[in-house]
Amino acid sequence: MASGFLIRKNQYYDSVFLMGVNRRISEVKGVQQSAVLMGSQANKELLAAIGIRDAQIDAAQPNDLVVAIVAETPQIVEDVLGRLDEWLQPAVEGAPVSARRSLEDGLASKPNANLAVISVPGEYAAREARKALEAGLNVFLFSSNVPIEEELRLKELAARRGLIVMGPDCGTGLIGGVGLGFANAVRRGPIGVIGAAGTGLQEFTCQVHNAGYGISHAIGTGSRDLSDQIGGITALTALDALENDPQTRVIAIISKPPGTRTLERLIERFKGCRKPIIGCFLGVRGNLTDSATAFRPAPHIGGQASTIDEAVQLAIAAVGGEPAALPTLPSAEEQEWVVREKAGWAPGQRYLRGLFAGGTFCYQTQQILQDAGIPAHSNAPLVQARALAHPDQSREHTVVDMGDEYYTTGRPHPMIDGTLRRQRIVAESRDPQVAVLLLDFILGYGASMDPVGELYNAIVEAQQTARRRGGALTVVASICGTDGDPQDLALQTRLLKEAGAIVFPSSARAALFCCRLLRGD
Amino acid sequence: MLTPFVELLDSPIVAINLGLKMFAESLESQGVEVCQVDWVPPAGGDEELADLLDKLM
Repeated sequence: MASGFLIRKNQYYDSVFLMGVNRRISEVKGVQQSAVLMGSQANKELLAAIGIRDAQIDAAQPNDLVVAIVAETPQIVEDVLGRLDEWLQPAVEGAPVSARRSLEDGLASKPNANLAVISVPGEYAAREARKALEAGLNVFLFSSNVPIEEELRLKELAARRGLIVMGPDCGTGLIGGVGLGFANAVRRGPIGVIGAAGTGLQEFTCQVHNAGYGISHAIGTGSRDLSDQIGGITALTALDALENDPQTRVIAIISKPPGTRTLERLIERFKGCRKPIIGCFLGVRGNLTDSATAFRPAPHIGGQASTIDEAVQLAIAAVGGEPAALPTLPSAEEQEWVVREKAGWAPGQRYLRGLFAGGTFCYQTQQILQDAGIPAHSNAPLVQARALAHPDQSREHTVVDMGDEYYTTGRPHPMIDGTLRRQRIVAESRDPQVAVLLLDFILGYGASMDPVGELYNAIVEAQQTARRRGGALTVVASICGTDGDPQDLALQTRLLKEAGAIVFPSSARAALFCCRLLRGD
Repeated sequence: MLTPFVELLDSPIVAINLGLKMFAESLESQGVEVCQVDWVPPAGGDEELADLLDKLM
């Protein structure tokens, strides 16, 4: 085995581009490990973790490019590093003629800008967001790893200036029909939504579109906005704006459980709202049921939803639509599937393994399983008692959030790149106790252009592995997307079915079907 | 009250994209006026120096 590295001073590239370069390098025959990243402290620690340490790397700065290779022979290391310009070629070709390098350069070019979309590394994100707010711009802050104290300062500054900070760690938004970050092609309409749960917001907007209705605005708040430390500053700004927005006739809020004081503050605000509010706080039921009346400010229709699907139904009803009833009982077709699938299982097969790209889906699935009396372990558990000892080691029923930091530090998110999910699907299929594999697929702007294609072979291989043991692996999947998304929803659905999966149009319905499979009803 | 955020909801977006180019490309494909900034860490990544420069500007 041989290793080597190369440092290019003052050569900065964004992380998604470098992930693409790294993927191409890692596919070279004989390359065992590769890392293509900027010389930030966190990245240098990643390099040390794969055994690449050197004084020159220690001295590298955040705008120095570092490429490190571990390969079978020194010749391969030399070849790959020697061809670095080739690997980086798409960046050279795509480079703008006069590169703008700072927010100030951007403002000089677009003095009428009204929004900054910020996805720089977390350690620099608050500084850039502050500058954008001071220049009078609203901020969509995709970056994560922004300290919560910084988040609070940014949001207080925004509130003083009548601006908004969507984020940090904000994956998605739809402003006036324009998708920000990871968003789907959704028609405009009378339903407004505020979300502290990224894929939850995508699921909500897709389902509204797929039911024939539309979204006025979908405003992401970032995952910590409803914590008591932040107090829902962004959610309340969004609520004020949607209440006064003539397009919006109902407002839905989707989040994991808010902090106690923030929930009280929200409920007070809901009571005075002139438009119906639909609250969908995933994960906790009991405490919120007591305050359900707060979500029904007469004479409006509103309510509390326990799943995203229910929130969609309530929102459609609130604008005078007739939502298709949620299936409370399995259809005849589903009952047939349950019988067919279970007949194929070998005697020892009994467990579910859910591998999720969407964190909200992982969370909601646990809630649905728990309500059905099926407790699941997770790396992002509903209750700490069911935390996995290690994210890579499933036990009994397990659902894994593969967008969690453990899987995404220095690596592409599973919505962009299916590599880690592919590996995990194959690994799970080797466990003879696994009966059901549950997957989610997320389409839309920014996401992988062929999410099903990326996992197709792994799904087929996993089923073959189970069959060779004399059993069968049931694959259940959901797709979050619309007919307007660039990936072609119909094609992705067809591919999944060809791969042998049972496909549902929502994550909640896929989870409910898994409950039926596991309980046998 | 007509705040800059309320105005944003009712006006065409004009965006400055700092960082991942794919977000600028996605906005462009939706017909949005967008300016891509090929962001680099300020002051070569030296935070103290960057703070100092911010104060001087």
